[in-house]
Amino acid sequence: MRARGTIGGVSGLVLTAGLALAGPGRLDAQGGAAQGADNCRTCHEVITVERLAGPVKAYLADVHAAKGFSCAACHGGDPAVAGFEAMDPARGFVGVPRGRTIIQVCGRCHADAGFMHRYNPALRVDQVTEYQTSVHGQRLAQFGDTAVATCASCHPAHGIRPASDPQSSVHPLNVAATCGRCHADATRMARYGIPTDQRDRYRESVHWRALADRGDQSAPTCNDCHGNHGAAPPGVTWVGNVCGQCHAVMADYFARSPHSDIFNRMGVPGCATCHSNHAIAAVSDTLLGVGEGTICGRCHDVGVSGGAVAATMRAGLDSLGGAFALADSLLTRAERAGMEVSQAQVDLGAAHNALVQARAAIHTFRADSVGAYVASGLDVADTAIGRGKKALDDLRFRRVGLGISVGLILLLITGLILKIRQLHAPVLEGEP
Amino acid sequence: MNSRTTGSRGSRRRFVNWLLGTSFGGMVLSVLYPVTRYLIPPHVAEAAASSVTLGFGPADIAPGTAKIFKFGNRPALLVRTVAGELRALSATCTHLGCIVQYREDLGHIWCACHNGHFDLNGRNIAGPPPAPLETYLVRESGEQIVVTKGA
Amino acid sequence: MSRPGVVRSWAARAAAWLEDRVGLGGLGAVARKKTVPVHKHTLWYYLGGMTLFLFVVQLCTGILLLFYYRPSADEAYESVQFLMAEVQFGWLVRSMHAWAANLMILTLFVHFFSVLLLRAYRPPREITWVSGMALLGLALGFGFTGYLLPWNELSYFATRVGTEIVRVVPLAGDFVLRVLRGGDDVSGATLTRFYAIHVALLPATAIAVVALHLYLVQRHGMSVPPSVERDGGRRREMKFIPDFLLRDLVGWLSALALLAALAAFLPAELGEKADPFVPAPAGIKPEWYFVFMFQTLKYLPAHILGLEGEAVGVIGFGLAGLLVLLIPFLDRGAGRGRPGRVFAWIGVGILAYMIVLTILGYTANPTK
Repeated sequence: MRARGTIGGVSGLVLTAGLALAGPGRLDAQGGAAQGADNCRTCHEVITVERLAGPVKAYLADVHAAKGFSCAACHGGDPAVAGFEAMDPARGFVGVPRGRTIIQVCGRCHADAGFMHRYNPALRVDQVTEYQTSVHGQRLAQFGDTAVATCASCHPAHGIRPASDPQSSVHPLNVAATCGRCHADATRMARYGIPTDQRDRYRESVHWRALADRGDQSAPTCNDCHGNHGAAPPGVTWVGNVCGQCHAVMADYFARSPHSDIFNRMGVPGCATCHSNHAIAAVSDTLLGVGEGTICGRCHDVGVSGGAVAATMRAGLDSLGGAFALADSLLTRAERAGMEVSQAQVDLGAAHNALVQARAAIHTFRADSVGAYVASGLDVADTAIGRGKKALDDLRFRRVGLGISVGLILLLITGLILKIRQLHAPVLEGEP
Repeated sequence: MNSRTTGSRGSRRRFVNWLLGTSFGGMVLSVLYPVTRYLIPPHVAEAAASSVTLGFGPADIAPGTAKIFKFGNRPALLVRTVAGELRALSATCTHLGCIVQYREDLGHIWCACHNGHFDLNGRNIAGPPPAPLETYLVRESGEQIVVTKGA
Repeated sequence: MSRPGVVRSWAARAAAWLEDRVGLGGLGAVARKKTVPVHKHTLWYYLGGMTLFLFVVQLCTGILLLFYYRPSADEAYESVQFLMAEVQFGWLVRSMHAWAANLMILTLFVHFFSVLLLRAYRPPREITWVSGMALLGLALGFGFTGYLLPWNELSYFATRVGTEIVRVVPLAGDFVLRVLRGGDDVSGATLTRFYAIHVALLPATAIAVVALHLYLVQRHGMSVPPSVERDGGRRREMKFIPDFLLRDLVGWLSALALLAALAAFLPAELGEKADPFVPAPAGIKPEWYFVFMFQTLKYLPAHILGLEGEAVGVIGFGLAGLLVLLIPFLDRGAGRGRPGRVFAWIGVGILAYMIVLTILGYTANPTK
């Protein structure tokens, strides 16, 4: 670890030195395009070879083009000169940058705080430094592995858009596809011996569902857990810190629970041990406990210490869940029948809140923490059940009341009809 | 006396009259009873949603603490800042609807579900929540605290 | 005056005392003499009284509602919610008011069509007809203004869409819209205005017109349909008091029982509070008695002969209403015992049209 770090550090120094020495020197927007002819474009536009003409068209949408940077800003050469003479190394031409050269070309501007300040003061300027800490950067620096990702792998060289642009390859919705271009390619990854199912597993996860279906841009994608320029898998002992950025309560409970230490010593990755790393599925109470299909049951035996705690927690959650469901169904039935129960339904929300908190408290792996929330939730749920029953009783009272008044009305109608018939009853013979 | 009041015809007539009278009286009662109950004001004298008088007074909430209360249909949070000012906001997190809480150690409002943070004006300052919490107007009148919907 | 030697019951003595001071005995005598023709169409005679009964139910339940309802945008919805949840039998009063409104308009339409098809508008009953048409308009006005008062989502948007249609009337449309809405948009000002119209203006006007209508009915007696007149034969009559009245009561009590059952099993809904910033829900519709007009406007093309399609629709309905109003004057033969067949067909046509378009209004896809 430390040796690699030092080598990485030295390579970094070399790279930065290279940035200062190599290339066509300091450039600004006027470096070729804004004034005078842009012969690069004029020629390359009309060439029929797609490889040479394509970039010109793509570049029109690039954010660098919008800021006034010409081809020469990255490729060097002299756009004022027509013909092949423009592409002279003496004029700074570097052709198509590959491998470490890409880092130098992009980093020449993007690692220069003073320079970037003139175009977008809010943009970070540490991408190169971060990259050097990443697995990609380390392999490039130490082993000269040019198959790894460089700047142009994720930010397609001629059509770079800001991450906020939905068409950008690094927009949150597109990040998984971008990383997956290499990481889901089995042939490409074969030499590295790492799995290639991450993208597909991620697409099954709740995080992807939140991002893609609900449009919740706060949901994580690859870079939120792995970093973007400093991309590396989280270390086993600090997975909790990564998940804990959002799931702060669970991570906090877990860090102080018996499992934290044990998992570290076992060398298993904290949260991901139970929840998986990429295919994070929606949780349900059925995963808790020591029965069939439970997560705890994978390691814990029934009735023995940990297993007993799991079973108790599960029982608590089931009882609260059941009470809540009963209260909810009673109140919904009353509401559908026309009773006003909106206040009771709001108050029931506190029971739901307690259920959420109880589920979070599972991560303490202590039965009493969960039990405290379960108890307070059951209180609220029981009150709501009482109010639901009262509402249904009121409903019955209404129906009975209706029956009585309709009965009285029918009686009156009967009386009236009898009266009507009586008024026209014929007088009997022989009576005065 | 005539055939209309004597004999079987007479008793039938009396029966029908009795039936009419009694059922009419019963029906009138079954109308007057609900109307009378209706006109008597209920215990809770007023509708409670655009303005709520809280069940606890200013003395029951210390500086640097908060209490949850019901504002109409929804949960709300009453916070007394360290400086002593009362603030009331909606307690429903704008991310996925969990109930937020006041964190004394942070001095602002926090949602435990996904680590969302709101300042005391309701503005979402960190974490996933995309929008601020709705704020309400708080007035102390004597021993009572009254919360109303903001303009 | 008391005659010496006659012992009278306390009721008779009280009646005589009142008669000396108030003197309504003449009315009683007239009522006792009144008769109603009996024939195969007698059943239709009960409908006017049924509508009147339901109107009285509306007045009573409406006055009760006034004890708790608050006519401001901030408080209207909450006051209705409070009424449904906290006030004893508040649900009953409100539900009866809502159901009786629908029932009253239904019986009113049935009464209207029965009068039209049985030619009861013949001379000398033209003014009765005109006052009846006025009552129809007033009833629809009651329905439209009352619907907004709970200030819930459905009613807010239904009112918005309903008043918007007024705009298409050429020249005066925008002005009328502003007067109707109390502003440019549907707002708290609209609510206050509709409240004033619903609880003061319309009731006062309606009571006056009902009084006129009843007086005229009383003056001319019940009309006998021409077909019955042609059949000839002995005219059978029944006495108004007690025969017709008792049968009336049977009908009214049945309606009361029906209202109570509807209120208990299908209480009035409230929904969500109106929020002007929320987009209108799909398929927003006015109350059922307006649906046929609403659906017609949807079918009209955008432009007809240079005018806006909707303007043509509104003007068309206005003209149609005017023609219906003038039927007693247009049907020359009616007064002479030979009412024009064409008017019967017109009546049937209008009925069929209203039914078909109301059905379409509820079954047609709202997003088309």
